[in-house]
Amino acid sequence: MNAIAKLSRRNFIVGSTATIGGLSLGFCVPFAEAAGNLPPEVNAWVVVRPDDTIVIRIARSEMGQGSLTGLAQLVAEELECDWSKVTTEYPSPGQNLARNEVWGDFTTTGSRAIRRSHEYVRQGGAAAREMLIAAAAEQWGVPARECRAANSVITHQPSGRTTTYGKVADAAARQTPPSEVKLKDPKDWNIAGQPLHRLDTADKLTGKQKYGIDLVQPGMLNAAIRACPVFGGKLARFDAAAVQTMPGVRKVLQVDETAVAVVADTWWRAKTALDALPITWDEGSNTGVSSASIAELLAEGLESDERVFVGTSIGDARGVIAKGGKVITATYAFPYQNHATMEPMNATALWTPERCDVWAPTQSGGLSLQVAAEAAGLPIEQCDVHKVHLGGGFGRRGGFQDFVRQAVTIAKQMPGTPIKLIWSREEDMLHGFYHPTTQCKLTGVLDEAGSLTGFHMRISGQSILTSAAPQRLRDDGSDPLVFQGLANGGDEYALGYTIQNLLIDHAMRNPPVPPGFWRGVNLNQNALYLECFMDELAHAAGQDPLAFRRKLMVDHPKHLAVLEAVAERIGWNSTPPQGVHRGLAQIMGFGSYVAAAAEVSVSDGQLRIHRIVAATDPGHVVNPAQIERQVEGSFVYGLSACLYGECTVKGGRMEQENFNTYNVMRMADMPRVETIVMPSGGFWGGVGEPTIAVAAPAVLNAVFAATGKRIRRIPLANQDLGSV
Amino acid sequence: MARITVNGIPHDVDVEPETPLLWVLREQLGLTGTKYGCGVAECGACTVHVDGAATRSCVLPISAVEPGQNVTTVEGLSSDGNHPVQKAWLALDVPQCGYCQAGMIMAAAALIAQNKAPTDADIDAEITNICRCGTYNRVRAAIKRAVEQA
Repeated sequence: MNAIAKLSRRNFIVGSTATIGGLSLGFCVPFAEAAGNLPPEVNAWVVVRPDDTIVIRIARSEMGQGSLTGLAQLVAEELECDWSKVTTEYPSPGQNLARNEVWGDFTTTGSRAIRRSHEYVRQGGAAAREMLIAAAAEQWGVPARECRAANSVITHQPSGRTTTYGKVADAAARQTPPSEVKLKDPKDWNIAGQPLHRLDTADKLTGKQKYGIDLVQPGMLNAAIRACPVFGGKLARFDAAAVQTMPGVRKVLQVDETAVAVVADTWWRAKTALDALPITWDEGSNTGVSSASIAELLAEGLESDERVFVGTSIGDARGVIAKGGKVITATYAFPYQNHATMEPMNATALWTPERCDVWAPTQSGGLSLQVAAEAAGLPIEQCDVHKVHLGGGFGRRGGFQDFVRQAVTIAKQMPGTPIKLIWSREEDMLHGFYHPTTQCKLTGVLDEAGSLTGFHMRISGQSILTSAAPQRLRDDGSDPLVFQGLANGGDEYALGYTIQNLLIDHAMRNPPVPPGFWRGVNLNQNALYLECFMDELAHAAGQDPLAFRRKLMVDHPKHLAVLEAVAERIGWNSTPPQGVHRGLAQIMGFGSYVAAAAEVSVSDGQLRIHRIVAATDPGHVVNPAQIERQVEGSFVYGLSACLYGECTVKGGRMEQENFNTYNVMRMADMPRVETIVMPSGGFWGGVGEPTIAVAAPAVLNAVFAATGKRIRRIPLANQDLGSV
Repeated sequence: MARITVNGIPHDVDVEPETPLLWVLREQLGLTGTKYGCGVAECGACTVHVDGAATRSCVLPISAVEPGQNVTTVEGLSSDGNHPVQKAWLALDVPQCGYCQAGMIMAAAALIAQNKAPTDADIDAEITNICRCGTYNRVRAAIKRAVEQA
């Protein structure tokens, strides 16, 4: 490591613990301690200190979803350590690169933190346990097979001698790692599988927890940024002289083709000057784009044969529908929505000609590093990213690292000065990567017995991958994400219905608005279309919505099991309280089976959601309490979208700039949520996202039961429920 | 130059008079527990107490805070996280990402200081802070627990 890198890291630790106003600004950089005189790691996942404190390294990001605790539980389970002495730290993406990716993938999107790393983190814990045992056995001169470990204590069983992990950690680090380890059967788990408290709660109650936006470095300046609000537009010019002498302003600079930034001693002064900065935009060719023009583009796709990709095709749905019978058709629409993480986008960067360090709340440390190195114009080995807790991610901080690129681009223009870039909420709302807009035309045909014999689902709208990750498109240019929850089998997104004649296709229509991976991704739109329309079909057939679905779900027992569970708990077969009405929905996504039942009432046009019952079968459960929290939270995210979430386009830009026009659910809207966690074993499904998708359709189906009014576009805030 | 009293300690801060209290706390005093979420008093992440009243500090200019008024931030709510609200929050593991939680805690602490037995309707009316992770039901349960154990 070169001198500058050392300087930046050590100075940062020392400098940032200085006190101002009697309070500490202390902030611990990951590995800051490990760089000192502490014992060597046992292996990449585990450090044991002499006082028996266990440091478990977590590669995935913690953004509220709780997988920091869950992953630590998995390592600790195999390590056989004392859970009360477990702490965690993040390795950096640069360290991962330097060590041949020993920590695997850092990406924390797609509900994958646990389901995509459970095996190797458990192996890491098991290998460390074996090395600790081997070290003790060597010291005692006994065979390792005669020793057992439990609760951070190693016992030589024949003699009863004991030692602790802390005492043999140094020697364990010198042991040869075992070539293979046997993992415990989940039924024998003691730490994993338990509803343990989170490891990261206490600091979030006192202001001690630092987020990216809170970082302070010696000599640091703050940047406020504004990019052309029209999508595809550019920065034409700005009059720096007009604000150059405002308080605290150090520099007014062009960031890239689209954005200008003001750098000042404080962020408030930077923002104040930016607000006063005369800026001229080159708005480009999208100024005629509006929500209406986008809706028109998508509506054309509902009937078109151009750029149409088939997702699932079984039998001859078109033929069966053409023959007629009882044909039911409905068209649904889903708007753009913003992630609206509570912590606006930010990153801190320090650039010198030899080195670039970035501190960022990121869902994808590896991608942050790659983007930082590109923006820095330096070899990746001379850069690193230091991960910080996220004030919400929801997909916004994963595949898109625009905030990192900008922070480095600004810092590069001010070598040697750490720059903290913070977006205003307005910038965050105007420059999202939006939950994409789609429309869907669904056509079903019922036979005389009221059975569904043919079904066509035409989705029209935006592909996320086409702009965000074209390398993930299929060879024919189709976007597999568009069909989430609608696949003919598979272990992630299988459709839960067997329909003899089935066609699900997608007319790709890409408006010039950047789409993104929004918690739940396309599962949200698809579950709303599918599950509301199933309800429509059931009513058209004169059948109970549960009974109607059940007939189609005979070959999908796991889908059916969660649906039956919520129906039973909500009392589907009993009469609801006066004025209360019920709705159901189910889907599979991110490898898990989920269902919801809702109880609502509508009085004088006012919707009240009284109660939600949700069920999830994620296969294996690492922390059931954490799953409950994720499921409860899923209804806040999903029902915010259902009740309020809409970004509208006018003049080629978003109209909503803050929470006063982009409202979200608050306490008064929040129903009671009862969660049924029903792991059936044998697979590992995700938890953070899937349940969001059933929130809106369960409620909308209940709204229909209450009002007879079928809501086919969200948000509900724009609908008149009183006119029925 | 303005004089304010924060967590019982007077400070002289060199800022423009229209600077919001939020940014004085965060940038002049280093009290970063109070968060920026919207800047327009919608989300409540910036909630502090001014003489005990829950106040959204992002729209309160420093010039409107009298030197004699006491501003309390989450860092000053208790000496070591032992305020009944903080204890209830810990027991129920309320936070997810935690970014909104300082504001939630300050709003909840102000509520239970005035209202010893808040009903669900009182909680709905008084706790209007935004949480995107979705902790509302746990916030509600923790407020009730804090009241019981206060």
